[in-house]
Amino acid sequence: MLHIINKSPLDRPTLDSLLRMGQSGAVLLIEDAVLAATQGHAAAEKLRALMTKMQVFALAPDLEARGVSDRLIDGVTGVDYGGFVDLVAEHPNCQSWL
Amino acid sequence: MTTKKFMFVNRKAPYGSIYALESLEVVLITAAFDQDVSLAFVDDGVYQLKKGCQTKAIETKNFSPTYRALDGYDIEKLYVEKESLEARGLTEDDLLVDVTVLDSQSMGALMEEQDVVLSF
Amino acid sequence: MKFGILVNEGPYQHQASDSAYLFCRAALARGHEIHRVFFYHDGVNNATKLTEPPQDDRNIVSRWSKLAEEHDIDLVVCVAAALRRGIKDENLAPNFRISGLGQLVETGIQADRLVTFGD
Repeated sequence: MLHIINKSPLDRPTLDSLLRMGQSGAVLLIEDAVLAATQGHAAAEKLRALMTKMQVFALAPDLEARGVSDRLIDGVTGVDYGGFVDLVAEHPNCQSWL
Repeated sequence: MTTKKFMFVNRKAPYGSIYALESLEVVLITAAFDQDVSLAFVDDGVYQLKKGCQTKAIETKNFSPTYRALDGYDIEKLYVEKESLEARGLTEDDLLVDVTVLDSQSMGALMEEQDVVLSF
Repeated sequence: MKFGILVNEGPYQHQASDSAYLFCRAALARGHEIHRVFFYHDGVNNATKLTEPPQDDRNIVSRWSKLAEEHDIDLVVCVAAALRRGIKDENLAPNFRISGLGQLVETGIQADRLVTFGD
């Protein structure tokens, strides 16, 4: 399953919820959620925990818009909107954690 | 018509926003389409099933009775995440309908089995 | 592949409608089909032709109308959510139509994937 998160983990608990319930597959961080994938961020450790069970991606245009492209943590792959589409297509189902 | 597995993931408390009410609307219509419907209540969504909601003073319609009516529409798969209840000091006795309480892992596994997951 | 899209938030306040639009454009560029875009909750506000953004801003409403025109996409606005917010046939932007929640369920059934964008 592809899990899509769109809020900063300092604003919403969706990353924590996914850490509890997420099984396998991938997570794509979009919109404000991309902030979690930056060096020194308080949520970076949570993302590392998530990486032990699923692949982690972040939407590059949203990283760029927030001025944090150069701070992406290791293990997170940046994708463009085409990559977003591919991730949805590659996984049998998806869920937006709103 | 094709039958798909639809899961409605309810993550928000009732009345603070319209999502809980709208989720019920889509649930009822999905059941009318003869689809396989499951409801998951996680995070603050567990408050949607809290007994004793009184909405008169906020001048909003109380939709608690709709949860009781679901089983009349053959909607019987209601799942509540155990960890979400515990984090809010709630137990199954606080809920107004019969549910299946699942731990996080089991809830996650159930989500993986779905064709369509709608988050409210 | 056939995609269904659900947009739960209005234009300009949240990024949801922008993200959904850019996703649709990228999916079409990849040769996929957008079966339907369903506008729900405050998302119905994406459908009013009375929208007048400042000249240096994107026009989210007309952008949806144009995409629908070019790629024959079904843009459906939830009737109950629309009437609650004053969105009616007389102020509906081109290529949008008002219909019921059954259209959302139907796209869940018929599309290969349903992707939700919201707040």
